Amino acid sequence: MTKKIIITAALVLVAVMAGLSQAGRGITLKGSDTMLLLGQRWAEIYMQKNPGAVIQVTGGGSGVGIAALINGSTEICMASRSMRDSEKQKLRERYFNLGHEIPVAKDGVTLYLNEKNQISELTLDQIKDIYTGNTTNWSQLGGPDAKIIVYGRENSSGTYVFFREVAMKNADYTSSMQSLPGTAAVVNAVAKDVYGIGYGGSAYAKGVKEVAIKTAKGSFKPTTETVKSGQYPLARNLFWYLRAKPSGEMKKLVDWVLSPEGQEIVKKVGYFTIK
Amino acid sequence: MSLQKKRFRYLGESLIEGNIKITAILAIIAVFLIFLFIMRESLPIFFSQEVMQEITFGKLFHGIEWQPVSDNPRFSMWPIILGSLKVTMIALVFAVPAAIGAALYSSEFAGPRLKEFIKPVVELLAGIPSVVLGFFALIIMASFLKSIFGWTYRLNAVNAGIALGFAVIPAIYSLAEDAINAVPRSFREAALGLGATPWQTATKVVLPAALPGVSAAVLFGMGRAVGETMVVLMAAGNAPLFSFNPLESTRTMTATIAAELGEVVFGGGHYHALFFIGLALFLVTFVINTVSWVLFDGLMNRLYGAKK
Repeated sequence: MTKKIIITAALVLVAVMAGLSQAGRGITLKGSDTMLLLGQRWAEIYMQKNPGAVIQVTGGGSGVGIAALINGSTEICMASRSMRDSEKQKLRERYFNLGHEIPVAKDGVTLYLNEKNQISELTLDQIKDIYTGNTTNWSQLGGPDAKIIVYGRENSSGTYVFFREVAMKNADYTSSMQSLPGTAAVVNAVAKDVYGIGYGGSAYAKGVKEVAIKTAKGSFKPTTETVKSGQYPLARNLFWYLRAKPSGEMKKLVDWVLSPEGQEIVKKVGYFTIK
Repeated sequence: MSLQKKRFRYLGESLIEGNIKITAILAIIAVFLIFLFIMRESLPIFFSQEVMQEITFGKLFHGIEWQPVSDNPRFSMWPIILGSLKVTMIALVFAVPAAIGAALYSSEFAGPRLKEFIKPVVELLAGIPSVVLGFFALIIMASFLKSIFGWTYRLNAVNAGIALGFAVIPAIYSLAEDAINAVPRSFREAALGLGATPWQTATKVVLPAALPGVSAAVLFGMGRAVGETMVVLMAAGNAPLFSFNPLESTRTMTATIAAELGEVVFGGGHYHALFFIGLALFLVTFVINTVSWVLFDGLMNRLYGAKK
């Protein structure tokens, strides 16, 4: 009799512990450093509103997040670029599914100039020439006679890839571009370098001048309107990738992130809403 | 002590001894396995057909451009080899006189109390994490140097080299001081007895006698400088230029691996190229360190006769 009670108790205990550890695993978010701040803010507020929900957020870069999604170590991947075909193939080999893409916010990749620089607008062609090394002196753009100091990101960055594809039309960066680890380092360098130019997310532009990009329709700075309407040419989507269509707890999170409440946080962090 | 107690103590001691031996062997095995792993990941450049379509051994030394993310990727190692050499040399030019001067001063001229103070303080410098040194060079030193000399590029090889110098001074100092201290007292007494001034004794007798050890210290510092990553990653600007100008921005081998390995396609050409750089670095530092220890051993033999 006592034996039976002990066995039953042990079984119940095991079942409860298994249940707890299931609940304790929660949802993991991993990937883009650009989206790290945003992911953390979302997780914080979501967990406040839903006691019991557990969300873990880590960075590492878009590619790192996609790799984690493929090998199963994260449920949600944050990416500042869309998935490549080779990555989708790998996902299909393992899960018979090309993954589920959800644009969660928009970003305008911004060009930064030092505040003392008299230039305030550039065309996409001029930007391309600066970054490919065809234009090397500010005087060629109507500025003072001084060398342009070109700053960019490391080639592991999603922003590096986006900028190369969209702003430079797949041309190669000049070898004299200084690649710095992180957007904050680029902003800091440009803030201290009168003749510097750099690029990165608009949320980071503190202490530097944002360049307006001149197109046929006028000059545009990255703002909510220009990014949403697509007038700002370097606008991009920020994504969440899932292995399959969200359901249950995951769906609740995704719906909340896309709700007006979730999108309000996007604005607060410094990015732009998706709708 | 009873016989039983003694036996028990011996047993305990032999257990501890065995443990230490295993730990030592494990450390050696770990280094060996790391070497094997780097070899395995870099060798496909020579053998794998698939990888060789993207990258070959020849491509690593062809041209002067390091442009791995491109429609037409170029993997020339020359700019980053030159970058590593440039920054290392600048670091040594800055660090060697400072470190050896400090070593000579603290072992020959400083009073015992001052000596007790200098040694720990210099060695404290070794405790500064290199990311902190790099951060300092990136934010403060770069602006300071630029405002004084008016250089075009804020982040350049000289800026990184000086910061790197700070990182290797303790290593060179520590080894050089050991070498100078190893010179027997009788050398100094003889020189002073012949009427040499303390300065003459230090520079004409002690330093030449310790020279192999001091060279070993310099080489050891060089090995450190070649392998140091964080300082150069943050302070050198990382432009892969093939240029001998120390005032231009530069990219080293270590910084290239650190910055790019995070997001290469696993098993692709770029991935194997980065591992090959790692292998090259491993071999270079291995040779430098070995030469350094052979020199140091030679000094000990010269001063105290062949090993017992």
